Amino acid sequence: MNEIQTPPLTKKDFESDQAVRWCPGCGDYAILAQTQKKMPSFGRKREEFVFVAGIGCSSRFPYYMNTYGFHTIHGRAPAVATGVKIANPDLSVWVVTGDGDGLSIGGNHFMHCLRRNMDLNILMFNNRIYGLTKGQYSPTSELGKKTKASPFGSIDYPLNPPSLALGAQATFVARTIDRWQKHLAEMMERSYAHDGASFTEIYQNCNIFNDGAFEEYTGADKFNNVIELKHNEPMVFAKGTKGIKLEGSTAVIVDLEKSSIDEVLIHDETNLDMAHIIANWTTHPILPEPIGVIYCIQKPTYNEEMVNQIDAAKKMRGSGKVQDLLNAGDTWVVD
Amino acid sequence: MGKTFKTIDEAVIRFAGDSGDGMQLTGGRFTDTTAIVGNDLSTLPDFPAEIRAPAGSLAGVSAFQIKFSSKDIHTPGDKPDVLVAMNPAALKVHQKELIPGGTMIVNKDAFTTKNLKFAGYETNPIEDGSLDDYFTLIPIEMNKMVTAACEGLEMSPKLVGRTKNLFALGVLFYMYDRPLESTEAWLKKKFKGKDAIIDANTRALNAGYNYGDTTELFMTRFKVEKANLASGNYRNMNGNFATSLGLLAAAEKSGLNLFYGGYPITPASDILQTLASWKHFGVSTFQAEDEIASISSVIGAAFTGSLAVTATSGPGIALKAEAIGLGIITELPMVIINVQRGGPSTGLPTKTEQSDLNQALFGRNGESPMPIIAAATPGDCFFAAYEACRIALKYMTPVMLLSDGYLANGSEPWKIPNVDELEDIPVNFAKKKNGEDEYLPYLRDDETLSRPWAIPGTPGLEHRVGGIEKAENTGHVSYDPENHHKMTLIREEKVNRIRQDIPALNVFGESHGDLLILSWGGTYGSCRSASETLQEEGKSVSHIHLRWVNPLPQDLGELIVGYKNVLIPEINMGQLLRLIRAEYLVDAKGLNQVRGRPISTSSIIEKVNEMLG
Ligand code: SF4
Repeated sequence: MNEIQTPPLTKKDFESDQAVRWCPGCGDYAILAQTQKKMPSFGRKREEFVFVAGIGCSSRFPYYMNTYGFHTIHGRAPAVATGVKIANPDLSVWVVTGDGDGLSIGGNHFMHCLRRNMDLNILMFNNRIYGLTKGQYSPTSELGKKTKASPFGSIDYPLNPPSLALGAQATFVARTIDRWQKHLAEMMERSYAHDGASFTEIYQNCNIFNDGAFEEYTGADKFNNVIELKHNEPMVFAKGTKGIKLEGSTAVIVDLEKSSIDEVLIHDETNLDMAHIIANWTTHPILPEPIGVIYCIQKPTYNEEMVNQIDAAKKMRGSGKVQDLLNAGDTWVVD
Repeated sequence: MGKTFKTIDEAVIRFAGDSGDGMQLTGGRFTDTTAIVGNDLSTLPDFPAEIRAPAGSLAGVSAFQIKFSSKDIHTPGDKPDVLVAMNPAALKVHQKELIPGGTMIVNKDAFTTKNLKFAGYETNPIEDGSLDDYFTLIPIEMNKMVTAACEGLEMSPKLVGRTKNLFALGVLFYMYDRPLESTEAWLKKKFKGKDAIIDANTRALNAGYNYGDTTELFMTRFKVEKANLASGNYRNMNGNFATSLGLLAAAEKSGLNLFYGGYPITPASDILQTLASWKHFGVSTFQAEDEIASISSVIGAAFTGSLAVTATSGPGIALKAEAIGLGIITELPMVIINVQRGGPSTGLPTKTEQSDLNQALFGRNGESPMPIIAAATPGDCFFAAYEACRIALKYMTPVMLLSDGYLANGSEPWKIPNVDELEDIPVNFAKKKNGEDEYLPYLRDDETLSRPWAIPGTPGLEHRVGGIEKAENTGHVSYDPENHHKMTLIREEKVNRIRQDIPALNVFGESHGDLLILSWGGTYGSCRSASETLQEEGKSVSHIHLRWVNPLPQDLGELIVGYKNVLIPEINMGQLLRLIRAEYLVDAKGLNQVRGRPISTSSIIEKVNEMLG
């Protein structure tokens, strides 16, 4: 018998018929394009993908993906996605959120879904601003940021998302940048491959309300300001001319034109201590901004464990019948 | 010894003691035995919010009331005939509720100077004669009695002292002629492997019974004959357990997996705990990080094809409100249970109230109608939960089920239903495109106005839903004013269509007359008892009980105008009252009490008599 061969899916198959409504030049376009491009490569049926988002510019994402999608309410995407994943663990569930949605109003859900190791792929578009509400400072905005809501400069200290994720017991923490297209695609692949909660922070330029926030990492000088982490490889940047080593527990820059590469730290993405140190380089005044997989380990997921418990209970007690349960306990007959 | 038996129709007894005295357990045992001997019964547990209030304090008093009868009864009774008070605080809190001439059985050993002072007594009420004129006072040295009974057992005096509740139970079993066997069997099961504890408690139980038999304090024993209940297989049932069973039955009948997302809150937590123990039924329970996450997970599971349910109490509903709106606009089936308690804010967590009806009706932003069904009795929670699921799935809508603290913890004999006889719950997931080569997630069924349910994993029906207004049929984002107006009307009309599924109202009494008692939810029992009494007295009084509060039944409008007076007793300040007045323009009156307890039958009778003049 001949199986009907379905042609492999293409980027087009993942594009919905809805007009994309982000501002021209917004970093979200690049992320959407990469996602649509990357999806077919996972070799999975389109109907098995679910994109869940909260509220914010980034959270419009599901409308543009021709998959199952849910545009929920502010901050709650991880919780809605949790319900989706528990209800059908065979689905590939993606959460699209932003710095305001995921870290401010939804901070609680973000933290707990990482802790539980729910098998979700969380993409957090961090533009360090509230875009949809027209430009108020966000929980990742830098101290002193002047916005309409902080005309004298913000007095809020910003959060460090990878540090927060690690503190919440995340099993996968990565960072990438909208303009680093190849790297972005690679991180998406790693996120997809990881069983458990995967957190990927994506630096995303909001050209309307926070233009140039990541200029350092995307502009001409980017290679001097960004370090791309690679598992089991020395931590070098600036086109191999600089590296990072530890002095005690403090990271310092090594000039590789003067020192040997042997002094340089080797990245081990399974090392939690190292991950915490790397996460601390975020917006560091001297050290380069780390991108790549900061941390990745395997441990059983919540959804697997739930299935296991249900299977074990059925095995031990047999599949329940409601009538038996109704008839159980102390009963008596009235004639 | 010349003891006599007196046959009575019914009795109300109340056990009261310190939280650590095991009053709920004692009440539970009395209830189970009473159920087995075939009486009709109704119970009212009443416990403090504090887990461990200081021993002997007024705040730490825990009580359990049961009414049992040879007749069909509907309430746990207003005032007890017998009060068992295990310490001065319990006596202080409950003595004023005993009927005049009632019997007071107290643990004399607990009336120490320290305890008396703690309870605010200046003199010892069981010695100063202050009670003697009003009640039959029976002080028993319970600690001494159980110590004697447990002599020879290797057990600390403290543990022996803990068996005194079983002693008190034994006394009551003697008074009301109830067998000890089921309690003895229960002790063996409960304390399996702890033989000394089984032995001590069994001895205390028997000692209490024998004490009743040998002393002359109880010259009259009471007999309450079997009640004439409909034939069938019975068990005792409390509200939260019945709710859990109803959900499970709906899952089985619909063929869906039950997903329960919850967050612990009094008095709803039992539902989470009960469902969590039913893993072998394939139930997924998710204890979320907060109330918002629990309803959000329910929305996700509903989108993915589960029978999705959450339960909480008023404060939790407040937190869930925004997400419930998302459930409404995405038109996904789910059941949201509110086991109501006293409010506002934290209010009275362990006490009952009906004050979240307005919240259920109006507690969301925008025009967001939601069907509301309310359980009437503890056992009815099963059928109400089942019906809530059925309607949610049939009409593709969130449904709110209102229970309350009294129903949740109260119990009654329950005729075990046959699952085969429950109404079917057909579920048809969308499998094919319903438009011209496209899937229209908001194309509606003509009869119910429900939209199709295409779940992730279904090839070709990929679609997006969300909280932004939907365009008719396509479900695309739409800011079009005409469309919004139309969709608002449709959502309203869809809820109203549920009237098709509401059976004609059952009028207890004449369909017109001097006065109608109209009730909803947990006040059913008090209202029905009051109506029975008033009808027996020849008054032209009828009773209608509402199961659905939204939509209101089709025939209510015609019926309600057939009465000269309408009385709506509620444990709130008149929430249904206002709705009925607005909806039908009738001059209905309220009877409103918010004391954390069911409305008493006598206060309803009094109010009716006052209204009838
Ligand atoms: S406001 Fe900023 S983030 Fe939002 S769409 Fe426009 S550019 Fe993008």
